[in-house]
Amino acid sequence: MLRINVTSVLVDDQSKALAFYVDVLGFVLKHDIPMGGGERWLTVVSAKDPDGVELLLEPSGHPAAGPFKAALVADGIPFTSFAVDDAHAEFERLSAAGVHFVQEPASMGPVTTAVFDDTCGNLIQIAAMN
Amino acid sequence: MDAVFKAIGDPTRRAILDELTDRTGQTLFEICSRLAMKHGLSSSRQAISQHLAVLEEAGLVHTRREGRYKFHDIDTTPLRSIAERWPVPE
Repeated sequence: MLRINVTSVLVDDQSKALAFYVDVLGFVLKHDIPMGGGERWLTVVSAKDPDGVELLLEPSGHPAAGPFKAALVADGIPFTSFAVDDAHAEFERLSAAGVHFVQEPASMGPVTTAVFDDTCGNLIQIAAMN
Repeated sequence: MDAVFKAIGDPTRRAILDELTDRTGQTLFEICSRLAMKHGLSSSRQAISQHLAVLEEAGLVHTRREGRYKFHDIDTTPLRSIAERWPVPE
C-alpha cells in the first residue's frame, strides 16, 4: 500500500522559506538534512499534526522552475492549498504579520478560500469548509 | 457600441461581470474559481481568458499589472451609452 508522507513546494530560497513557513505561517521544522551543493532536505509539519504529511521546501533551481512558477503567479494560481478552520481569521492573522494576499477571503460555494504570496515565488491557497 | 452588446450577450460573460461587481480586482484564478464553484460553469481557463478579452475590448474590464500579479477590474462606464440611447422614464 502506497502512502503519501511528503508533498513539496518549489521555493526560491530555502533559508528564506524556512523563516516564512515557520516564523510567519506557524509550521514546525521536522527535518533539515544537508544534501550537498548547499541544498537541504527541509521539511515542516503542522503543529496540530506533527506526525502528519510533511511539506518539503524544495529548491527550485531547475531552469524550468522559474518560468513555470512565474506563469502560475501571473494568473493567480496557487501552487498548493492548506486547510484552515476559519479563512477570515487566518487572513486577519497573516495580514497583521505582513503577508500579502492577492485574493482576500471569498465564499466559493462549499468553501471559503484566500490566496497569499509565500515570498518564495509561489501563491498559496488557504481553504475552510463552510 | 457593438462591442458592448456583443460582450454582454453571453451568459458566461455576464456571470464574470456579476462576480467582478461582487469584488473588483480579481486574478484569473479567482474568476475561474468563482465561475466553477458558484455558477457551475466548467469552462476552461483558456475559454475564460477569451471571454475576458471580449469584455476588455468592450471597455467593461480592465487588466492591471501589479508586480508579478495581474488583476481584472470592472468598469461599467460603457453601459451608460445604452441608457443614454434608450432613456428610462423617470
